[in-house]
Amino acid sequence: MKVKEIVLPGEVVDERKGRKLGSGVYLGDDKVFSKVLGIPKVDENEISVIALSGVYIPRVGDRIIGIINEVEISGWSVDINSPYTAFLPFSEAVEEFVDMSRTDLSRYFDIGDTIYCKISKVTKNKVVQVSMNDMSAKKLYSGVIVKVTPTKIPRIIGRGGSMISLMKNKTKCDIIPGQNGVVWIKGEDKTKAIEAVLTVEKESHIVGLTEKIEKMLT
Amino acid sequence: MRIDGRQPEDLREIQMKIDIISSANGSAEVKFGNTVAVAGVYGPKGLFPRHLQESETGILRCRYNMAPFSVDERKSPGPDRRSVELSKVIRLSIEPTIFLEEFPRATIDGFIEIIQADGSTRVTGINALSLALASAGIPMRDLVTACSVGKINDTLIVDLNGEEDNNSQADISFAILPSKNLVTLLQMDGILGKEELIELLNMAKSSCEKIYEMQKKLLKEKYSGE
Amino acid sequence: MGSYAIEMIEKGKRIDGRAFDEFRNIEIKENVVKKAEGSASVKIGETHVIAGIKLELAEPFEDTPNEGVLVVNIEFSPIASPDFESGPPGEDAIEVARIVDRGIRESKAIKLDELFIAPEKVWGVFVDIHVINHKGNILNAAALASLVALLNTRIPKIVDGKIVRNEFERKLPVEHKPITVSVCKVGNKYILDPLLEEENILDAKLSVAIREDEKICALQKQGSKGIDFEEIEKMVDLAVEKSKEIRELIKWQ
Repeated sequence: MKVKEIVLPGEVVDERKGRKLGSGVYLGDDKVFSKVLGIPKVDENEISVIALSGVYIPRVGDRIIGIINEVEISGWSVDINSPYTAFLPFSEAVEEFVDMSRTDLSRYFDIGDTIYCKISKVTKNKVVQVSMNDMSAKKLYSGVIVKVTPTKIPRIIGRGGSMISLMKNKTKCDIIPGQNGVVWIKGEDKTKAIEAVLTVEKESHIVGLTEKIEKMLT
Repeated sequence: MRIDGRQPEDLREIQMKIDIISSANGSAEVKFGNTVAVAGVYGPKGLFPRHLQESETGILRCRYNMAPFSVDERKSPGPDRRSVELSKVIRLSIEPTIFLEEFPRATIDGFIEIIQADGSTRVTGINALSLALASAGIPMRDLVTACSVGKINDTLIVDLNGEEDNNSQADISFAILPSKNLVTLLQMDGILGKEELIELLNMAKSSCEKIYEMQKKLLKEKYSGE
Repeated sequence: MGSYAIEMIEKGKRIDGRAFDEFRNIEIKENVVKKAEGSASVKIGETHVIAGIKLELAEPFEDTPNEGVLVVNIEFSPIASPDFESGPPGEDAIEVARIVDRGIRESKAIKLDELFIAPEKVWGVFVDIHVINHKGNILNAAALASLVALLNTRIPKIVDGKIVRNEFERKLPVEHKPITVSVCKVGNKYILDPLLEEENILDAKLSVAIREDEKICALQKQGSKGIDFEEIEKMVDLAVEKSKEIRELIKWQ
């Protein structure tokens, strides 16, 4: 079985040659070293290493799937599958004008509700705010949640969305991959979709994965 | 000739495994001869509110613990003064390599359990913890590699087993970030002249280079497909 | 906010105007505690520790049935610093006690084999160090206070199997004089005898216990950053050099 090259923390990925440093790497003497156990991604513009494991560290702009875990006075606390909890302010979630001192916010979102939202703010100390003020943001009803290593999500999406389209078409399921490693699946034949997602996670470093998934789902 | 037939510069038989504790974010088991250490890493994970105040960088917490059955005479469970000191020096042997600034207000917890003790337990534990951290995806400058060296019967040796540890004229615990040449653990006790000390440090460095190659090989092989 | 200590060290100066390899003023007083069998007060600058030695009847260890036992403890009393809390010793106190212990034990300073009394009965030498004021470099002060206290310790008489506290039969047999010096790395500079402000910003510390014959008996690297492999020898040399100066201070003990 052919695998992509693996690098380890402390190993040289490449010489910098003026390129941008992406995630998973650090600079020393104009050489670029890996910070993590992962797969190097090197092109003319950027050098990075995709970690094979690790938790989700929130970044502004990420579209993620979160679960409401606390209803507060002016918003909700959201579990975003990270060491850091996020806050969804009322103003970022509901368009109505409402007297918050008299309203119980749980009529909008309650504990356990699943939402697809966007990371709108991350401070230096990783205090996180999310927002539903985005075209794709919505509450997700029924369906199941699968958690995978966040760095595998791009592989689950595939180049230009090729992998996720393949999975959606073949299983006739609705699949939303959150960049925080949470994947939401809804449909009749969820099992196949779940298996496909888990297979991509497990074998993301194996060459020829797309063909394998195609075969699996036919 | 040493008690177990080894040459002065020979390491014991080394076995390493990773991902042996599925509950943990990363884990490993390392054996140096009959010394067996298991390491597990949890995190990064959120800190309880009362610790939130000052951590602009993440915190590393380490616990070294010996199982009661790991030694000849049963060791009472729970931390004793030695375990407290070793937990501290182990934490400080690992801290310099982790990019803690990427995890403000979060903690990475590292645990080392000694299942069987036959000398050089702290360095065996550090080798295991290093593998567990890499396997957990914790961003690091380099792996940390550790070994023991010492002097017994006027001979300088590498990787002391239990009996050698008890009868040595000097013993050193040493850990290094091999590709950065940065020493993060150095403890010695006994009686050594300065030249002997320097020679032993050089022996420790080259032994660590051998162990480093084994650690790297294991991590890469994990992903060579099953 | 950068630390002013680092700012000064980078420019080649220290907060209190000392040279990088200079110790603060060391003040040693022996026999300061009448109830102890041996004692010493050591001040290094404003850091002040008191070591008291108590001799008690003890059971020997199984593998050394004819040897006395040595126990070293240090108390980071809350009176000494706003950073110390009441309660059992934390990891820092335990570490210092164990380094001081190793300096004494590994150097074979005390002739433990001359502390046998009877089968299953030996002298236990209890070294207890109390920190009175913490202004940096407790370890070096504690090690020095312990040594001076031991050099002044007298073994009480035993009458009918009981210790008679203010009658003494001989001095505690102390054969070697280990001195512990901590070398601190701040950037690419080395300083000795760190002030509290300097301890809080140092990168790494290497503590070395050296005997009078220049043999090295204990080493401990502390601090949250690493040390370049090549630097170790330099730091050890600095410690050995300085240890001679410090030992001069106690040559009449």
